[in-house]
Amino acid sequence: MNLKLGYIQIRDIQFAKTSAIKDGVLNVNAKELEALVLEDENFASVKFDIARPGESVRIMPVKDVIEPRVKVSGDGDIFPGMISKVQTVGSGVTHVLKGAAIVTTGQVVGFQEGIIDMTGLGAEYTPFSKTLNLVVDFTPIKNLTPHKYEESLRKAGLRIAYEIGKLGKEITPDEVKEYEFLPLLESIAKYPNLPKVGYVQMLQSQGLLHDTYVYGIDMKLSLTTMLSPTEVFDGAILSGNCVSACDKNTTYHHQNNPVIEDLFEQHGKTLNFCAMIITNENVFLMDKQRSSDWTAKLTKYLGLDGAIISQEGFGNPDTDLIMNCKKVEEAGVKTVIITDEYAGREGTSQSLADADPAADAVVTGGNANQVITLPPLKKIIGSIGHVEKIAGGFKGNMAKDGSITVEIQAIIGATNELGFNRLSAR
Amino acid sequence: MSKLKVIHYINQFYAGIGGEEKADIKPELREGAVGPGAAFTAAFGDKAQITHTIICGDSYFNENLEKAKKEILGFVKKVKPDLFIAGPAFNAGRYGVACGTICDLVQSELGIPVITGMYRENPGAEMFKNSVYIVETNNSAVDMRNAVPKMAKLGLKIVKKEPIGASIEDGYLPNGVRVNFFDTDRGSKRAVDMLVKKLAGKPFTTEYPMPDFEKVPPNKAIKDMSKVTVALVTSGGIVPYGNPDHIESSSASKYGEYDITGVMDLTESTYETAHGGYDPVYANQDADRVLPVDVLREFEKEGKIGKLHHKFYTTTGNGTSTKSSKAFAKEFAQKLLYDKVGAVILTST
Repeated sequence: MNLKLGYIQIRDIQFAKTSAIKDGVLNVNAKELEALVLEDENFASVKFDIARPGESVRIMPVKDVIEPRVKVSGDGDIFPGMISKVQTVGSGVTHVLKGAAIVTTGQVVGFQEGIIDMTGLGAEYTPFSKTLNLVVDFTPIKNLTPHKYEESLRKAGLRIAYEIGKLGKEITPDEVKEYEFLPLLESIAKYPNLPKVGYVQMLQSQGLLHDTYVYGIDMKLSLTTMLSPTEVFDGAILSGNCVSACDKNTTYHHQNNPVIEDLFEQHGKTLNFCAMIITNENVFLMDKQRSSDWTAKLTKYLGLDGAIISQEGFGNPDTDLIMNCKKVEEAGVKTVIITDEYAGREGTSQSLADADPAADAVVTGGNANQVITLPPLKKIIGSIGHVEKIAGGFKGNMAKDGSITVEIQAIIGATNELGFNRLSAR
Repeated sequence: MSKLKVIHYINQFYAGIGGEEKADIKPELREGAVGPGAAFTAAFGDKAQITHTIICGDSYFNENLEKAKKEILGFVKKVKPDLFIAGPAFNAGRYGVACGTICDLVQSELGIPVITGMYRENPGAEMFKNSVYIVETNNSAVDMRNAVPKMAKLGLKIVKKEPIGASIEDGYLPNGVRVNFFDTDRGSKRAVDMLVKKLAGKPFTTEYPMPDFEKVPPNKAIKDMSKVTVALVTSGGIVPYGNPDHIESSSASKYGEYDITGVMDLTESTYETAHGGYDPVYANQDADRVLPVDVLREFEKEGKIGKLHHKFYTTTGNGTSTKSSKAFAKEFAQKLLYDKVGAVILTST
């Protein structure tokens, strides 16, 4: 598969009468988007706002972050199986509205949504302080169940991103990157002397609002399987998660999966990136055993020399991570795992809920229990109401001046386990 | 601002007194800097000054441990420095152990900030890296010019109570405290680089060495449950409605102990979950799904168990460090024993 990603650099977002991209400025007609959102009868109202890097703005509680993209040519369409029809994506040309993001906010369950600060200390920990954010704040109808609300919220965010993405279809991109992913045997024939490397992506699938969708399929119902990494760039993998903010993969993280990008960067130079395996993180032991068996079996069948395994979440999924690592190593495939840590606020605890000597090459996204104080910011988009209850908060964590003290696990993407950030720990 | 007062501890070799044949010399306090002290003086600039040097033979220290400790501590007490430095000892085993021992002592007994330096395989490193800051050096004195500025810098940071960075930033041996820092490259690139090295058989450094994972062997089976008091313990965050003790939704700082005397069933209006790591809808509808009080009351009635203990213990396992969990359990396990509880049903989520 060959995919060209055309990056259109967005310099600002403005509300306007006509939605269009002009000289890098994304003009948005909020009324049209509002009408689109309210087609879903589960919403009572919706508000749009813009948050720019450096502004004194706190967004909370954040549900998902999505990058607007549009399919210019090639099979299928963005977000297949969820917003567009199911058809294999990952080839042709896709345009990306680089620097822009759709941020959805809405309190689904109270604990599990996070914070984006556009300035100050908190901004250093989230990648979304650097994006121009069109923030969509939803109010559901009364008595809507959390599960229905999550589904509506997820789809509304994707729909808005899809609509905005379309504005980039006719625009000439500022930069084009080409990604080629060959059939396995061709890839091996082309690079006979390079080590064959795969990427094993573990997807959050504990269920009950901890879900990830692949071509519309809830990943907890799938066996471990394979796809082309270029498909991921077209939105084949989507977040349906309401879990701790720091290490959940938002849809934006999937669309810009840094492991895929960095493996492609070395492809043909120091390694041959020739396989991508996706597996789940289900809660039952039987599922964990089956999925990790399949992961190891596939890496061996493909004849891989090495694999990077990335995790999503913590605690329970630590067991999936270690099982995958151990079994893949036993299959003779060398691994590097990417995780994050819960070493306690003092940093003195064991960091993972499981461990094995086979995991001798670990990259960490940092200790999620680290406590920081976020300064008071002038504007809140969404609501600050649950700041004591969110994962990473505690009783009395908001001072009179509006500053809040939290563990960095409350910040969206802070300890991301795809290796999205520079944060680490020793 | 006046310069900070520093005492420097070195052995007979670095004092220029002699090698192995002079290793039995007794502790001696000299004014001013001696030997490597000159390099420290340069590194400290106008911020600090070595006012005194303590010299002690390595054999003397290790063979007359208690006496040597007392004598050296006496010198330090007399001078009352702002900072105590020892070494660097590089890979000299007895010297490293002496540096670690005396630093640990000065820090714990006198509350004076300390810093030492040595090679990671020095036996003193393994013994003291978790109690005092040990700057990592190479294995020979050739590394003196790198080691001294690092020790001086970290030493001053400790005195001034500035935040200490991650071991890799401030150059000390990992001490069991995980500290966050921003690396040069993003994690995915670090992972790809690490894999390329691992595949090529080249040395690489893991960012998190695997701990020795503690396995708990299960107790022996209970022969007759009908005589036993059974307690419920959960990490699923079930609490009385309103979460009266404000147990955190993640990274719990405490556990709760609640009386369920006379409680036959947990209902939507009386109990809920405080746990932020799973969808709380079903647990809030009926908390028995996580903490099965209703079923155990039936078992109690049917005589399948002796009785249900009148208290349950609860916390949120979500994002809670294993160290905290262990500390909670250690405490309430004693309470369970005191209350003659014979079996515990431990539920998670």
